[in-house]
Amino acid sequence: MLEIKGLKVKLEDEDKQILKGLDLTVETGKVHAIMGPNGSGKSTLSYVLSGKDGYEVTDGSAELEGEDLLDMEPEERAAAGLFLAFQYPVEIPGVGNMTFLRTAVNAQRKARGEEELSAGDFLKEVRAKAKDLKIDADMLKRPVNVGFSGGEKKRNEILQMAMLSPKMCILDETDSGLDVDAMKLVADGVNALRSEGRSFLVITHYQRLLDHIKPDVVHIMADGRIVKTGGPELALEVENNGYSDILAEVS
Amino acid sequence: MALAKLKSDATEARLVGVTLPEGAAWSNAARADALARVRQMGLPTKRDEYWKYTNPSELTAAEAPKAAVFDAGEVPLFDAVDRLKIVFVDGVFDTDASDELTGEGVEIERLADAMAADIHWAKELYGVLETRGQTPVERPLAALNTALATDGVVIRATGKVAKPIHLVYLHKDETSDAVLHNLVKVETGAEVTLLENGPAAARFSGCLEVEVADGGSFHHVRAQGRDHERRTVTHCFARVGAESSFKSFTLTVNGVMTRNECVLEIIGDDAIAHVAGVCVGDGNDFHHDDTVFITHDALNGESRQVFKKVLRNGATGVFQGKILVKEGAQKTDGYQISQSLLLDDDAQFLAKPELEIYADDVACSHGSTSGAIDETALFYLRSRGVPQYDARNLLTLSFMAEALDEIADPSLAEELRDRLEGWLARRS
Ligand SMILES: Nc1ncnc2c1ncn2[C@@H]1O[C@H](COP(=O)(O)OP(=O)(O)O)[C@@H](O)[C@H]1O
Ligand SMILES: [Mg+2]
Repeated sequence: MLEIKGLKVKLEDEDKQILKGLDLTVETGKVHAIMGPNGSGKSTLSYVLSGKDGYEVTDGSAELEGEDLLDMEPEERAAAGLFLAFQYPVEIPGVGNMTFLRTAVNAQRKARGEEELSAGDFLKEVRAKAKDLKIDADMLKRPVNVGFSGGEKKRNEILQMAMLSPKMCILDETDSGLDVDAMKLVADGVNALRSEGRSFLVITHYQRLLDHIKPDVVHIMADGRIVKTGGPELALEVENNGYSDILAEVS
Repeated sequence: MALAKLKSDATEARLVGVTLPEGAAWSNAARADALARVRQMGLPTKRDEYWKYTNPSELTAAEAPKAAVFDAGEVPLFDAVDRLKIVFVDGVFDTDASDELTGEGVEIERLADAMAADIHWAKELYGVLETRGQTPVERPLAALNTALATDGVVIRATGKVAKPIHLVYLHKDETSDAVLHNLVKVETGAEVTLLENGPAAARFSGCLEVEVADGGSFHHVRAQGRDHERRTVTHCFARVGAESSFKSFTLTVNGVMTRNECVLEIIGDDAIAHVAGVCVGDGNDFHHDDTVFITHDALNGESRQVFKKVLRNGATGVFQGKILVKEGAQKTDGYQISQSLLLDDDAQFLAKPELEIYADDVACSHGSTSGAIDETALFYLRSRGVPQYDARNLLTLSFMAEALDEIADPSLAEELRDRLEGWLARRS
């Protein structure tokens, strides 16, 4: 599904290298987790994959189902099936959440040559999915993320993911700022989307989210590279011993 | 002194050959008084503090600059609204195109007819609020309008007026120079909606005086036409009583020169007064100025000024807004926001927000910002699959939303929003 080879990324305006030759392959239908200390470049990876400005790829490649991701506009990547649940979801005053969702869903359908969803069908689908995530009608009406609590913002990200039904979902620290109940909701939302044709890359600093979203593969990232790859037990190792042991071992 | 002489010479140059329309004795007196005030104040020049950001020369020139007639080729605004339609062509009332001037809960007359009557309520309003509005800041162009206005309507709402009154201002002559003056008197507990749209003329001076009695409600939505070359100066003077509501929204699209002044006075307790506007401008020769002055002279008044400008390609936007809270006007809640969205580096926004407060128990806030499209929000939208162009337009519309929200009737707001979408789409 997702294949990253030797990816090197620096900041566009600064002489600062952040990703330093990153290799990662996520197979179709699998859930991979990336764990790593703050500042190791996890968010940068997710931004570069989704096409945010401000980064310069100096080497390497990233492909989604064989298509060169790095050559596409952000909206093209989305239409190709990539989705990023932001670590810090963005507030957009003046744009209603519902309008935002419908615009996004229909834009992607249009890009893929599919027919737009009718207002009625869309509404039905949103309501059902919002209910599962305990997102009430009021939250759907309000401007995108404006005045939402941390947990509401994250649930809203998952709602968008559910509505857009992407192939490759990247979740950047979706657990941060969530209490146990909210984390459960979010994890249930993600698990409901797990399927044979869909892959996940779950970025997290802590192991606890992985108790709920059980990964197939766990990667440890440090200083712009994947330094160790293993099974779910790797997450437990981090939980018990922190990152220092693993980092010492690989350096 | 040299300056004063220059000013009076320029004023006389504008007034050469001017004759005042004739009417009943009281109206002749009102016009003569206005003309005398114009002479005494002198017409504005760019040296005046109040015209620091906007050069009035095209508005004061003896001859109106030409403006090509523009056919937008679209359904006129508010066409689907069930309304009472009154049409002016280049500033002249068009009987055939207008509906009959009758409606439930309302009396409507042509200005000239009202001004010809020896006894008429218009006497208490015509030029009266305009004169009050001359202090503390002089507005000579408004006095000039009072002196010269040849047409307009006078509206007296005595109940809840069922249909909006819609003034349509058509522009068909590229040299027209129109001066219209409208009066609205909203009696105690009455309600009326006034719609205005169209460029009116190559050069247009519009003056609206509105008196809202206790418990009355005045709702005003106006759009100034899509003509690219028109010059416009408008003044709205309003005085609102206790527990009354005044809401005015203006959409300005194109035009080379627009100065919209709004002077509002809250004289009764628990009243609200909102003035809002959206302007979208494209090109070096676009200049748009909102100048607002709101006076709180009663308890527990609420005022809002919400102005949003979208500017590109060297367009200039100006905002001068003031909230004056007089001594004793306790519990005043005054809000003022003026913001511009600059779609490129060439556009500019000049703002002068002011607060002057003589009461101690008030909550007033003002803010003014100028900025580009929010790149983070743009990326967020694009990452969800919304193409860059659509995402930019959506963010631009969302920037204007706070001002559009000031329109109480959602269907009117939606109609204006559609027009704005069209404007953006034509610039893709
Ligand atoms: N736009 C940016 N400007 C400056 N520094 C940045 C920027 N993006 C990332 N960095 C730096 O790159 C490093 C990796 O950041 P990030 O990708 O956010 O790490 P993580 O998500 O793993 O905590 C950090 O040192 C961070 O300060
Ligand atoms: Mg991060």
